[in-house]
Amino acid sequence: MCPATLEIKNLGLSPYEESLQIQKELVASRRSGGVPDQLLLQEHPHVITMGKSAPEEHIIMTKEQLDDHGIRVFHVGRGGDVTYHGPGQLVGYPILDLKPDRKDLHRYLRDLEEVLIRSLSALSVRARRRDNLTGVWIEDRKIAAIGVRVSSQWITSHGFSLNVRNDLSYFETIVPCGIKNVEVTSISNELGEWVEVDMVSEIVIEEFSKIFELKVDKRLTDNAF
Amino acid sequence: MSLFKVPMPQMGESITEGTVSKWLRTVGHRINKDEPILEISTDKVDAEIPSPVAGVLVEICVEEGRTVEIGTVLAYVDTEGEAEEISSIEESSNQQSPQKMSTGFMGQKSLGESDQTAVIEKRNRRNSETERLKAKSSPVVQKIAKEHEISISNVPGTGHLERVTKTDILRYIKDADIHPGRRPSDRNNSPQIDTVTDSGNETSANGEIDIWDSFYNEVEHPSFPVGPGDDVFPMDKLRQITADHMVLAKRVVPHVHSVIEVDFSSVDQERRNISQKGNIQERGISFTAFVTWACSRLLTKYKNINAVLSGKNIIHRSRVNIGIAVDLNPGLIVPVIKDTDGLSLAEISLKINDLAGRARSGDLLPEEIAGSTFAITNPGVLGTVLGMPIIPKGTSAILVLGAIEKRPVVVENAEKNVDEIVVRKTSFISLGFDHRIVDGADAARFLLDLKKILEAFPGDV
Repeated sequence: MCPATLEIKNLGLSPYEESLQIQKELVASRRSGGVPDQLLLQEHPHVITMGKSAPEEHIIMTKEQLDDHGIRVFHVGRGGDVTYHGPGQLVGYPILDLKPDRKDLHRYLRDLEEVLIRSLSALSVRARRRDNLTGVWIEDRKIAAIGVRVSSQWITSHGFSLNVRNDLSYFETIVPCGIKNVEVTSISNELGEWVEVDMVSEIVIEEFSKIFELKVDKRLTDNAF
Repeated sequence: MSLFKVPMPQMGESITEGTVSKWLRTVGHRINKDEPILEISTDKVDAEIPSPVAGVLVEICVEEGRTVEIGTVLAYVDTEGEAEEISSIEESSNQQSPQKMSTGFMGQKSLGESDQTAVIEKRNRRNSETERLKAKSSPVVQKIAKEHEISISNVPGTGHLERVTKTDILRYIKDADIHPGRRPSDRNNSPQIDTVTDSGNETSANGEIDIWDSFYNEVEHPSFPVGPGDDVFPMDKLRQITADHMVLAKRVVPHVHSVIEVDFSSVDQERRNISQKGNIQERGISFTAFVTWACSRLLTKYKNINAVLSGKNIIHRSRVNIGIAVDLNPGLIVPVIKDTDGLSLAEISLKINDLAGRARSGDLLPEEIAGSTFAITNPGVLGTVLGMPIIPKGTSAILVLGAIEKRPVVVENAEKNVDEIVVRKTSFISLGFDHRIVDGADAARFLLDLKKILEAFPGDV
């Protein structure tokens, strides 16, 4: 049987609310079968997003401090606690139909972790899972966060954020994923060299298509002329 | 009356329990099969749970915030018509959208089967709760509302607990301006009209996004009839990408080109000096390398030229990564010299030779053709005088060199105080720029600075 199609949408630097709107549209289209499985890739301007279970005190800064730093805050319908997104971080939102054979939320989370672990491995960064702490870790340093939503009919949205070369000091504004004293890291930080987000997204696309057994329909995803 | 149990579903092999995070429908509500009625959350996942049957939601057994095991009954749905009465009374007692009705209360318990009075009371209480939360909007939103004489409770909120954010209220005002007939008169405070506005917005927003999505991402090349004896062959991947990118770049970016004539005599002299010294691995430094070097020095100053327009933002690139078009004959590829502003002329020259060589032998790495912030192309080596190139996607400008050839030039002879016609090597250099973010005067200043640097070479840089 031919593998199903995965369509890649590379949104570049995309305002959080726009990506949210696009996800909303795509979830509806995916549910009605109007589009194949999707992987939205982007970077966001500085934002803090709060999952449903996130208490306000997990944002450490005051509203004024956040404004000074140009950080916006969104409350969103995904699982998980608070997280930060900003330029230099690769954010991926898979809009997948998990029916009929992937209807397992834990398996979906582990699959997303596997995509990131293998991508990091391709970049010579050795990453791992930690028990009961969803996400991807380098030893005890967090490099990727995961928080997803499954809408009716098993359509996924939200997803993962992988620190590539972002300014990690912004994580000091929050208690990442509600875990206190957690150290965050990035690919550039681990390798000690500048790494392009575009290059990482190429690798993630490849690993993603392997893990989810999808064939990539790469519509104009690179900016090479 | 036939009651159907809605259990906490098994959402994965290793999942044993789930937390009810939000009821999306309330007791008395008529629901369709597969319509989401609640949200549950487990580790890092929020999931919508659809109703397995059509009917009326008659009892909610698990409050929001409670965690229960798989299989626990969450709610009862009456699959027969008896409870329709409740539903119809509710609808006439409240005209707001179902989404709005469902929020602003916590942990509602079950109701008597046909206790209509209780239903209405609850609903009213819930409304006032919603309004109270909405009214707790930020001072900015309240100020905007006051200025525009809007009641905040009429504005659909997307913030925490449906609170109205600044974006919400600004969108509301904008939409009201576009569809003046739809703006509810806040004095009569009619929720009915509000609902119409709400759904009206949604439709137009969807339509626009579809159009822009295809406008920015999809290219369809029209077909033409094939004549007898014509050869037809499919484009290879490189040609396909090039073809699509060219159409998109022209479709999206308003191109403008400015041209300046540059005297390359000083540069030409320097090239001769270098080749006589035999350094740079005994290769000459190309004119392209000189121009690349000069541009790299200017691009840190001309921020909008080393930039890209992205949505509603302008991104000034922190790095100066110059793409150099390499003719593959057939085909063309643009390898990128990263951080050109930190390289010397000799380093740039070596880098160009290396990348161009490997481009022709097909040995470039993917990252070596990505991430350019500005591009230079030199079809002038083939003799063309003037170019009007297309700006590569993701950047705001491209520079093209015309043929550098001997031309008669009028110069002032200061000693004799006369004009003279002399022979000079000159070229017409053209800058194609994205007129949304680069103004004509900026482009002109950039070109003039470039001319000065090249004509005064090596100058004091």
